[in-house]
Amino acid sequence: MAHVPAIEEAAAPRALAGRSPWRRVQRFLVAWPGLARLGVIALLFGVWEIAARFYVDKMFLSPPSSVFTSLHTVFMTPGVPAALRITFFELSVAFVLSIAIGLSVGLTVGLNRFAHRSFMPIILLLYGTPQVTILPLFILYFGIGPASKIAFGVTHGMFPIMVTVIAGVQNIKPILLTSAKSMGASRWHIFRWVIFPHMIPSFFSGMRLAMTGVLLGVLLAELYVSTAGIGYFTTLFTQNFDPTKLLGLISMLAAMAIALNELVRRAEVRFSRWRSA
Amino acid sequence: MSGPADRDRGRWASRAVQALFLIALISLWSFATSWGHVSPILLPDPLAVMHELIDVLKSGEFVGDLRVTLTELAVAFAISMTTGTIVGYLVSRSPYAIKVFEPLMAGAYSIPIILFLPLYVLFFGLGPPSKIALGATISFFPIALNTIAGFGYIDKILTVSARSMGASNYQLFRWVLLPAAFPVILTGLRMGFTVALLAILGSETIASLAGLGHRIVHLAESMDMARMFAYITFVVLIAAFLNSAVSRLEARGKR
Repeated sequence: MAHVPAIEEAAAPRALAGRSPWRRVQRFLVAWPGLARLGVIALLFGVWEIAARFYVDKMFLSPPSSVFTSLHTVFMTPGVPAALRITFFELSVAFVLSIAIGLSVGLTVGLNRFAHRSFMPIILLLYGTPQVTILPLFILYFGIGPASKIAFGVTHGMFPIMVTVIAGVQNIKPILLTSAKSMGASRWHIFRWVIFPHMIPSFFSGMRLAMTGVLLGVLLAELYVSTAGIGYFTTLFTQNFDPTKLLGLISMLAAMAIALNELVRRAEVRFSRWRSA
Repeated sequence: MSGPADRDRGRWASRAVQALFLIALISLWSFATSWGHVSPILLPDPLAVMHELIDVLKSGEFVGDLRVTLTELAVAFAISMTTGTIVGYLVSRSPYAIKVFEPLMAGAYSIPIILFLPLYVLFFGLGPPSKIALGATISFFPIALNTIAGFGYIDKILTVSARSMGASNYQLFRWVLLPAAFPVILTGLRMGFTVALLAILGSETIASLAGLGHRIVHLAESMDMARMFAYITFVVLIAAFLNSAVSRLEARGKR
């Protein structure tokens, strides 16, 4: 009985099309979920705008319209462009270092059964510990400059790559290795043509996780202590009760994070295509 | 190829390697502090750290900070668990809502939400509320996304056959939807718990008045290295315990 009204509902819009504009809007949105998504975002911004304009103290929240129209004042604050550059530099160096360390350790541990059994539990244990507890130590050892942020980002970024590379290498069917060997492939050939292509998809999902990790690590360290990076300016704007600039800076960083994540995700989709094809 | 005895020997060998690794690490640490020229301000003696750890545990000094951190964690997780599962369930009820909301949430999940900590501090102050709010926000997304994934992608054949056998709404939910979605939701809850713990420790480290993260920072700033290492060990142990307890609960719930 329950599905009878559903059929009527499905038939109704066609009959009413053109007559009721609301029905038209509805049909249009059903056909284009992306537009509805934009609508939801617009709605959220609308709520924020109204809340900031009429209900919340100006000292704590400013409406999105004034945040976006005064983005240039954030850039004009002396030191902010340099801070964004430094943060970007820290992120890229930490990401590259995590890939290098994660890949070399992951391949060493993953390709050797004994090493895998011995060191995998240690790697998982280290991956599972909240590294933020040792953040003060990083500042102590590497200073309050970019070095400590990079080091802290690397500790967050290298483990996902290790774990996914190991998983990717381990998941290769033994029959592929055996058949390659029996056809007389050298070690290098096996690595290049069997192991490497199998590793690529999981390696890229590891890279995506590592990007998230590096962002988290670098930003945590930046927020903890910083003399010239964005952490310094978020503290400054917070202490000056200047939410317009604070929100501007945060939204720029969020945009940077989304762009970097999207870049890695695109690369992942592109390079794991061979498997589904 | 390898017999059981052989495999057994292999397992013992890898245990031995793990033990050796640990021993090598600790002896290297101890050599560096007693014979090397490493200043005790950078790296305290492992024995001193152990004494401090025993002292911390004996004196019960940790109880106040532990209580603050665990309360924040519990409140944050309770908030994100209820809102995350409810929002996830409501979205999962319609394929159209999934199409609209799921990419939005996945996009928001990819933003490092720790960025908003200064804002949260501005809104909620330096005390526990800002940590609770941040932990709840961060753990909301994995929980909601997994609830959507759990309820939203159930094989149609299951629901249709249950309906055709005359299942009521409640029966459908209780005996078909919930068992199918439960393992995925549990995974989401575990992920949410882990990130909530991380977020709360992180925000305590950055700006706070009390809590374990605050204690570590306080000791670091007063250069009381041995005690700081003792607290770090303590927090790492607590976190490992909590995470493994949650993983075990997850494994049990999935059976």
